[in-house]
Amino acid sequence: MAGTGIGARVERKEDFRFITGKGNYTDDINRPGQAYAYFLRSPHAHAKIRKIDTKKASKMPGVVGILTGEDIEKDKIGGLICGWMIHSKDGSPMKAGAHPALAVGKVRYVGDHVAVVIAETLAEARDAAEAIVVDYEKLAPVIDLAGATKKGVPTIHDASPDNQVYDWHLGDKAATDAAFRKAKHVTKIDLVNNRLVPNAMEPRAAIGDYDTGEGAFTLYTTSQNPHVARLVLSAFIGIAPEHKLRVIAPDVGGGFGSKIFIYAEETVCIWAAKKVGRPVKWVAERTESFLSDAHGRDHLTHAEMAIDENGKITGVRVSTRANLGAYLSTFASSVPTYLYAPLLSGQYNVPAIYCEVEAVYTNTAPVDAYRGAGRPEATFVIERLVEVAARELGMDPAAFRKKNFIKSFPHQTPVIMCYDTGDYNASLAKAMENHDVKGFAKRRRDSAKAGKLRGLGYSAYIEACGIAPSAAVGSLGAGVGLWESAEVRVNPIGTVEVLTGSHSHGQGHETTFAQLVAGRLGIPIENVSIVHGDTDKVQMGMGTYGSRSGAVGMSAIVKALDKVEAKAKKVASFVLEASEADIDFKDGKFTVRGTDKSIDFPSVALQAYIAHKFTGQQLEPGLKEGAFYDPTNFTFPSGVHIAEVEIDPETGITTVAKWTAVDDFGVIINPMIVEGQVHGGIAQGIGQALLEGTVYDASGQLVTASYMDYTMPRADDLPSFHVDHTMTACPSNPLGIKGCGEAGAIAAPAALMNAITDALGHENIAMPATPQAVWKAARASFAKAAE
Amino acid sequence: MYAFDYHRPASLRQANNLVAKNGDAKILAGGQTLLPTMKMRLASPSALIDLGALKELSGIEHKGRNLVIGAMTTHAEVAGSALVRELVPGLAGLAGGIGDPHVRHKGTIGGSVANNDPAADYPAGLLALGATIVTSKRKLAAADFFTGLFSTALDEGEIITRIIIPVGAKFAYAKFRNPASRYAMVGVAVAKRGAKVAVAVTGAGADGVFRWAEAEAALAKRFNAKALEGVANPAPKGLNGDIHASAEYRSHLIGVMTKRAVTAASGK
Repeated sequence: MAGTGIGARVERKEDFRFITGKGNYTDDINRPGQAYAYFLRSPHAHAKIRKIDTKKASKMPGVVGILTGEDIEKDKIGGLICGWMIHSKDGSPMKAGAHPALAVGKVRYVGDHVAVVIAETLAEARDAAEAIVVDYEKLAPVIDLAGATKKGVPTIHDASPDNQVYDWHLGDKAATDAAFRKAKHVTKIDLVNNRLVPNAMEPRAAIGDYDTGEGAFTLYTTSQNPHVARLVLSAFIGIAPEHKLRVIAPDVGGGFGSKIFIYAEETVCIWAAKKVGRPVKWVAERTESFLSDAHGRDHLTHAEMAIDENGKITGVRVSTRANLGAYLSTFASSVPTYLYAPLLSGQYNVPAIYCEVEAVYTNTAPVDAYRGAGRPEATFVIERLVEVAARELGMDPAAFRKKNFIKSFPHQTPVIMCYDTGDYNASLAKAMENHDVKGFAKRRRDSAKAGKLRGLGYSAYIEACGIAPSAAVGSLGAGVGLWESAEVRVNPIGTVEVLTGSHSHGQGHETTFAQLVAGRLGIPIENVSIVHGDTDKVQMGMGTYGSRSGAVGMSAIVKALDKVEAKAKKVASFVLEASEADIDFKDGKFTVRGTDKSIDFPSVALQAYIAHKFTGQQLEPGLKEGAFYDPTNFTFPSGVHIAEVEIDPETGITTVAKWTAVDDFGVIINPMIVEGQVHGGIAQGIGQALLEGTVYDASGQLVTASYMDYTMPRADDLPSFHVDHTMTACPSNPLGIKGCGEAGAIAAPAALMNAITDALGHENIAMPATPQAVWKAARASFAKAAE
Repeated sequence: MYAFDYHRPASLRQANNLVAKNGDAKILAGGQTLLPTMKMRLASPSALIDLGALKELSGIEHKGRNLVIGAMTTHAEVAGSALVRELVPGLAGLAGGIGDPHVRHKGTIGGSVANNDPAADYPAGLLALGATIVTSKRKLAAADFFTGLFSTALDEGEIITRIIIPVGAKFAYAKFRNPASRYAMVGVAVAKRGAKVAVAVTGAGADGVFRWAEAEAALAKRFNAKALEGVANPAPKGLNGDIHASAEYRSHLIGVMTKRAVTAASGK
């Protein structure tokens, strides 16, 4: 499509500054007189702090201040919060242990924050931190997820003597059990959803600044949602009231969920800035990112599927144990519950579903939302179940899926969600054709001739995005509403600034949001600026996560543009001396219907500001409108990914040979950006399935705390992706957008593991399917075949 | 990183003097292991003596029956050298598979050899090829040079100046990369010179690089991957195990990679 409107492949406006090193990240910002913070972190997974001796350290050169948990308590600064209340089966609230920003009395994971040293230089801060003497009394750590609540294990938080956070469930147990009693066939699997370290390219960073003249704080931070950060720091942690606390999240280099949360470091930096009377800067070293960014996933699941004599799924029963780490991070509690179980129907008509989730504390880094957040875990469960069931029934996995697809909409699942629209057959058919599934048998034979094993796997995923109707999430325990805001400011010469509560940290909002505005107002895309990431500029917003910026953030802009257009029509009617009802607006021009009288948008903007053609009683001057948009439903992007692998059974090396994705994202604003999102998502999904394993040893040390041991996907690990789309427009938002940011990461792990197990003829292989794991499985498979 | 003094001598003599004067100084020969270790504050030398300006330590020459590689020659230079590609193509391949482009353009053959990381590629290659390591004091056969995990026959302050590699062998190096670090999880170098065969294994041995005598004996009789079929892989006892590969898996991979190296060396 030509032009720059919706649907055009517009090159990203922000890329010039990023690829020429002109970005403005938190670490690029320096405040006059700034000092540097270094966090002394716990070397133990679980220990009592008997004493912290800072005497020698405080006399070291350059030291400005050393602060501990005692100081932060004395100042009545609150602890970090978890903003989503989950209730257990018995109705009791989740057991949230205190989460002080600097440890008080006890440390609970390796990397936990013990003290902060603020000094003239970072090196001096580090030197002084090494001179702090902490007297620890080591306690036995709880590391193993499966055994975390066993009788006799040490207690991590007094609030939860048995380390259980909650024991939650969703669905109709009786109906589901009945379905299993009547089932002709039951498929059972045990799954590990491996813990992941987010690894955004830009590490977390913060600068706290206190203006003594104004009595006001400014926090520069790597945040996906600066307003939420301000709200939490103000209302819960108690730094300052919101009008005295400005949060700026400038360019942010990737988040993937890990920068949603309000962490100890930024809390300490902003508090300490006033305390020591200097701006305080902290930038995470990569090791600190590994140790203390909230990790993702980490589930153990037993799942079952009931199937009747006609090959129809009649029930799904899931039992999951979720590791939440040592403390409840900002949204940790919602991820293995309401972002997970409501997706367990997948794309299938499943009459009965029951899911129970036991969430536990362990002496490991906190676990929270990571790209997909709960939905990759759900997709992995349902898509592995479906694949294994089809194999057990001797049915073609695609045919089994097709037989069980939901075919009419809206469709109410037994687990909360009401799917609004979709065409699952269409994406499956297109994916199979694009992938040349028909040619797979020959490709498999060719691989066999070369001594290789070839396998093919599907993942027909669904996700719930556009998060989310405020009333709905409120009823499920969320502490916030999940609307979005926008303000469209038209300048007198017709250029436009759009202020949005969405935050771009790689998504390309400066381009896609501008495409919407330029197309709607008929002005050049260069004349539109997108302003975000500063609570002093944008009044309020909920930020970017859960693939919500298009579906929710852009919908707010549409609402504001509706108001701008309505006002502009009024202005035009005065200028053109016609009735407002006779004014049409198209392609940037206001025309009096049935005449050749017209005026373009920039001229109307000027007239709105000079206000010569109307009186103040008739019309308010100016052209600026704001709107809040609260979605009426989640959106439901879906699609089919097909992975094809070739395995060298001698070495266990898995090569991803071919990848086909057909996604239904509803209306697409910029196909190029969407493809980029899908590519990145698949890469992360392949990373999870094949490469990324997070390993804590029995003492709670993070063994994979650097790139020497933690395998990030690299370009040569990945094939060329074939990405295509089908389209059913989302009926619940004005643009028909569903969202695309997480789809690849949600779809990919199941597709890949289905392909690998297909190649090996062996179901029992856990992620990450490293060469060693695949080699072992291949050997077991050969041994079985030889029996 | 802790504070340290930095010296950049202009001649080997100056370098030797600086080394003699600075007891706990470290020699900087690319720094691809040393600098990250210092940044993590796991090493704190009082001084670094950077050999980067010593022209006499770089360059690749064909001298008689030998290839002579200056100690400060980078991996990228070895990988890209027309001379190496012609005379010992397997060595160019080995160098081209070290680390990543950044490491290959900063890291040097002398630095790698002096560090003798048990998962480094060069020790296996040089051991199999029967290379000689020339230092500021003497000449050492590779077999005598590599003495164990991160340890070599180098004395305090002894500087490697060049590596002499006899040409004319059939040689190949087959590497199974650690998926994360891309060091050798198992790397096998095979060289056949006349009737003699050398098989050197890196990345696997609990004491660092080692020769695999049983495979050498079988291959000396018949230089073909099939000749290894009856040969038991080195026992897991004595091999490394970690989160990426158990000793059993490494043992198995030694067999696989040796076969692949033999096939590559025989040009089939």
